[in-house]
This record gives sequence, C-alpha cells and structure tokens, in this order.
Amino acid sequence: MQLELTEEQSLIVAMVRRFVREEILPLEMNLDPDADRLEPDDEARLTDIVKGMGLYGMGIPPDYGGPALDMVTRTLVAIEMSQHRAGLYAPCYGVFGGAGLAQLFEANDDQKERYLYPTLRGEKRGFFGLTEPSGGSDPARAIQTKAVKDGDDWVINGGKIFISGADRADYGLVFARTSADKGRGGVTCFIVDTETPGFHVRRIVHTLRSAHYATELQFEDMRVPASNVLGEVNKGFAIANDRLSRQRIPYSAGCIGVAVKAHELALEYAKVRETFGAPLSSRQAIQWMLVDNEIDIQQARWATLEAASLADRGEPFRKQAAMAKLIASEGASRVVDRCMQIHGGYGVTKDFPFERWYREMRIRRIGEGPSEVQRHIIARDILGASLR
Amino acid sequence: MSLQISKPWLPLDEISVASLGAQLGVYELADEQQRVVYIGVADARSHFGLRGELEQHLGTAVFFRCEVNTAYATRHRELLMHYFAVNQCYPVRNTQAETGSLGRLS
Repeated sequence: MQLELTEEQSLIVAMVRRFVREEILPLEMNLDPDADRLEPDDEARLTDIVKGMGLYGMGIPPDYGGPALDMVTRTLVAIEMSQHRAGLYAPCYGVFGGAGLAQLFEANDDQKERYLYPTLRGEKRGFFGLTEPSGGSDPARAIQTKAVKDGDDWVINGGKIFISGADRADYGLVFARTSADKGRGGVTCFIVDTETPGFHVRRIVHTLRSAHYATELQFEDMRVPASNVLGEVNKGFAIANDRLSRQRIPYSAGCIGVAVKAHELALEYAKVRETFGAPLSSRQAIQWMLVDNEIDIQQARWATLEAASLADRGEPFRKQAAMAKLIASEGASRVVDRCMQIHGGYGVTKDFPFERWYREMRIRRIGEGPSEVQRHIIARDILGASLR
Repeated sequence: MSLQISKPWLPLDEISVASLGAQLGVYELADEQQRVVYIGVADARSHFGLRGELEQHLGTAVFFRCEVNTAYATRHRELLMHYFAVNQCYPVRNTQAETGSLGRLS
C-alpha cells in the first residue's frame, strides 16, 4: 500500500478540511449541542458549495452520476468530514449527500426506475431494515420476521429495531425469512413502500446518540408484490452481508475524524492551561495521554486505509475491514476519554463537544457489528472458514 | 418509556414553575380542558433549563407538565410525532419550523 497521498488526494483533503473549519464549525457555534441538522437555508447553501467542489454523492458510482473517487480518497474525505461536534453520526450535517441504498445499484431496471433514481434525485428516501429484537450480530439466524407467498404477493409479519430514518422514509429494504430451515440461505430482501398497509413505525428508540435516532418497526400482514423482491428469493443475506463489510470502512473513518479533532483540541488546551505554575503539557502524565492518542489515531488510520486500498484493488478486505473497525472504534473511544480527562470539568460540559463524542462513540463499539463480532470475523479468517 | 409524558398536569403559575429544577428536558402546555397546545423543549441553550423555559410561558397557558430527559432532542420529536399520529395535526402553537421535518409514527 502506498502511504503517501497523491497530489489530487492532498488537494481534496485540504479543500474538505477548509470547508469544515470555515463553514461547518461557525454554524455549529449557534446550534444546540445535540443538533443533527442545519437550518434549511444553510443546508441548501452548503450543499451547493459541495456540488461546486465536485464531491456531492461520493458513495454514488460514477455511472450513476457520482464523482469518480476511489475508496482510499473517500476514506480520507470521511476522516475530514467528521471533525466537528456532530461529525460522528451527522458528518457535515449531510450536505455531502448520501449514496442512497447501495444495494439498489444491483436492483433490476424496474426497481431502479421506481426507487434508485428517485433516491439519487433526492425525491425519495430509504431505510435499511435488518436488525430485529432477537439480535443483530447474527442477522441470518436472528431474523424472525416472516414472509409467506400468497399469490403474486408476499405477506410479511414481524418487526425491526434500531432502524434509522424509517419514520421519514418513502421505502425501505426489509429482510425477512422466507424459508424456515435454511439459516442464512432462507432470508430474502424486500423493497417495502412505507405507505403499505400494515407498515408501522411504533416509536423512537432513545439512545446515547444525538443524531439520526433509531426507530422500532412493526409489520402486520404487510402485503408486498413479488416484483419488489430485491435480488433472488432466499439470497437476501448476501445483500446484507456485502453492505456490512463495506460499511465498516467509512464507519472507521468517522471514528478517526472525531479522534483527530478531540486530540487537536486537547493539544491546544494542554499548552495553555496552567496548573501549579506550569502548563499541563509539561506534565508527563498529560504527555503520555497525548502520546497514546497519537498512537491510537495512527494505528486506526493505517488499518482503515489498508482496508480501503484492498477494496480499491478488488482484493478480499473483510478481515482488514473488521480490524479497522475494531481498532478505530476502540482507539477513538480511548482518545475521546483521554481528551475529556485533560479538559477536566470543562470536558464533561455541553460547552465542549467531548460529552457528545463520548456518548456517541460508545455506540461505535456496538454498531455495525460489536468488537466481539469483529474479532470473530478475524479469527475465522486466520483459523479457517470452518470455525463457527 | 411511555410515548406520552406521564407526569401530572400542574398549574402554570410562578409557584409551580419556581419549584422546578434547571435540568434539560421536554414539556407540554395545555388549556383549561387540559388539551395540549404546545410541546416544547429545554435544550442545552436554555437558561436554567425547564424552569427558565416555562417562566417564559407564564400567563400563556393554564397547565403544564414536564419530563427531565437528557435525550431531549429525540424525545421532543417523538412527542410531536405521537401527537400527530393521534390527532392528525400538531399542537396549535407549534410552528412550521418545529414540525416541518418530522417523521411519522403509526
């Protein structure tokens, strides 16, 4: 892997860094510390700036109008985009646009017309409905939501939990069991319109997270046409699994960005805050915290960029993505904790961003597969696929 | 957690409001029939939290009830969304800016 950035990558990183510092941070000064969205005028203005930068919709393949950026560059950008208070779960408050649901790029032409293209045009929103109350770490076996064929339709009953964006979505990808005795081979992915009778968003699930709250869904005799099966019947788990592996790279990048910003604030503070007649930075206890921050950040950056580089080269990257997610989420949690400690009482106030990062970063060791699952993936890879 | 605030209605007067803490959270204002007319939030920008917010509403409603909640942002949205799910409209005093981007419960 080449560790030196290309000239183009350096320019893009510098551009995004300037954007965050000159456009996002000043607005954030006037928002509630738990805010996850900008005022509509600001959102529209900044979205136009991002489009002018050529970076809007980075997750969209170039064939569908997205910028032609490789995964390494997108990772570098994601590290920059999250360097503000809301950055972990609302990087730049969404003004860089989303990718839509990446699985829809594999949809058939009819489904693309009805769901993908309207999503890319900003006319429709989707959600990803995988996790259920019975568990999220082993989705293939935990899925209890059932779909039963009835004529040309499927009738779905069950529920989902920890689903982001379902209350504001026009449609969603819902994974349901279509064969009781086939384990991961008995799951199918359905595209579900949220106006369908029997689709319910029952409540918000309140968590440590300030941005992009989760919801609980219930399906009661929800009738979905067979034409809304995404991919093939009983092959939905592969769709979910591909997403889980790919998502770990930007997920890691977000952790790194917050750690970088927290570390930067702690470095500045340690130089100016004096105790017993000398700056904090002169104390070995503080120096070692800062050194450990630096090490955690570098490890996470290298691991994440290596996974991104493998993905760019078309090589297997599941183990490296799991390692990146593990190293970044756990390392960044330690960094935020140390920076909070260095800031003392101020660190736990809402005057500073650490308390939000501290809360939201805790979720990162669970979301997108907890640390234990990442270790399991790595163990399976190094010991052989037969390990279960 | 109940979708509605489970605390009892209290008269919106200086004595009741002065007894409140300055924590962050959500609150509802009601008319004489205890019909909700406004759902509000004491966020981290509030001076003196729920007490400060409700002081500003003295004389504008008859009853209030509140809930201390550190997840005040999502709780505020949930209360508004729940109100809409039940009544097919938002409380009369909540503005478009407060409700325009909300999702739906059903």
